[in-house]
Amino acid sequence: MIAITEGLFTDGAQPCLIGGRHVESGRIVFPCPGGDARYAPETLPNKGTVWSWTIQRFRPKSPPYTGPEAFEPFAIAYIELTGAVIVEGPLINVAFDAITIGMPVETVLVPHATDAQGRTVMSYAFTPVQEGSTHG
Amino acid sequence: MADVYVVGVGIHPFGRTDGLSGLQQGAYAVRQALSDAGLDWNDVQFGFGGSDSSGNADSIVNELGLTGLPVINVKNGCATGGSAMIGAWQGIASGQYDVGVALGFDKHPRGAFNAMPAEYNLPNWYGEVGMMVTTQFFAMKLQRYMAAYGITNTTLGRVAEKAFDNAVHAEHAWRRAPVDLDTILNSQMINDPLTKYMFCSPGEGGVALILASEKKARELGRTDVRVKAAAVRTRPPGSFEVFAPSVDIERGGAPTLLASKAAFEMAGLGPKDIDVAQLQDTESGAEIMHMAENGFCADGEQEEWLAEGWSRIGGKLPVNTDGGCLACGEPIGASGLRQVYENVIQLRGLGGGRQVPGDPKTAYTHVYGAPGISGVTILQR
Repeated sequence: MIAITEGLFTDGAQPCLIGGRHVESGRIVFPCPGGDARYAPETLPNKGTVWSWTIQRFRPKSPPYTGPEAFEPFAIAYIELTGAVIVEGPLINVAFDAITIGMPVETVLVPHATDAQGRTVMSYAFTPVQEGSTHG
Repeated sequence: MADVYVVGVGIHPFGRTDGLSGLQQGAYAVRQALSDAGLDWNDVQFGFGGSDSSGNADSIVNELGLTGLPVINVKNGCATGGSAMIGAWQGIASGQYDVGVALGFDKHPRGAFNAMPAEYNLPNWYGEVGMMVTTQFFAMKLQRYMAAYGITNTTLGRVAEKAFDNAVHAEHAWRRAPVDLDTILNSQMINDPLTKYMFCSPGEGGVALILASEKKARELGRTDVRVKAAAVRTRPPGSFEVFAPSVDIERGGAPTLLASKAAFEMAGLGPKDIDVAQLQDTESGAEIMHMAENGFCADGEQEEWLAEGWSRIGGKLPVNTDGGCLACGEPIGASGLRQVYENVIQLRGLGGGRQVPGDPKTAYTHVYGAPGISGVTILQR
């Protein structure tokens, strides 16, 4: 297994995206700009709410897209990670007609593709928070 | 700054033209604009021009003649045409020149634009997971706007229906057959809530404007259309733009708000003074949101505007009288100048079946594009 890129997310039971905090202004961006001393890595909240969304109904052009050739439409969303920043990412485990702005979601890691060495390439996504979930 | 006049306009029909390069379509437009102005290529003292994917505008001398004139290449995304016009306008307004050309052309392959992350200073993974797609942004900006201001799918459909109705009367438009509202609403979904007929397509075309000083315009008997304002702006903090992996929670302005304000101030006019407007309609929702961002209505009022036909020809503010990007397609470098071309036709009263009634005197154009840039012009007769 390999991450799609280094420094994008933490793993573990509650994975989190890693943003960048502008040292002077405190403004948070995602991802953390590489090689830029003005930004310090900042672990972002695991949870948030859907800020906006759409369904990607056609296969994005390759390159740059490296998803499966056999394309299935997928949901894409901007998620407001509470108190931090709004980030863009795929939304999974949800019926397209059940997506609403304000829906609570959490960050998860998902397999994106298999690389030339046969390793599973992991990326991030968001999934609706399960009923009864007690994770803080 | 001295007054500047549009003394000639030319356009190569938008759409697909096998056998002609983008640059050749640009040259066609320049020849037509020169003929319209009653000038020769030898009379043109300088030019600004560009394309997004059809090469450099200064190669136009190979097509039109090696007169030695300076041609400055502009590459400014969707604002390429608008920026070329600003360059030409400033060259004349400053008093340096009497006659210049603003030129835009392009020729894109079929399908959505194929942007690569590195071109936008983004990491490769952003494209690998399938987010380097402009249509997603338009859909998500719109989805949130619709929820906030009660805009319905029917209103999105009405924007496209109007575009195709107007284009029937525009010789330079690409898609010139009416499409009924049900067909638009029920066509293939591309990025929810936007269907196939609600998106413009990358295409081909060329546009040229000949600008002149007052002295030269008088000589030519062409003092009818004056440039009152031309402004391009990049994005302010807190705006929401194409290709943004993250967005600030604290919302800010938008490049269109800045460009619009600057142009209105430059012209000494306000939204209520405008008689006809061409607004960036990359998709139906863009036209709706840009009506408000440019100050022509309040957020949410577009429901009533579209239901009542107020943005149709004959309405209180006709918008995209030639069918806009939805019906003309979007050759990036040419698109902004097409809007100005259309306004000149309207101000001259030569719109034929799409002519705005009541002798329009002021005309407004607006373009928007990646990575958060907007250009506005105001013409006055």
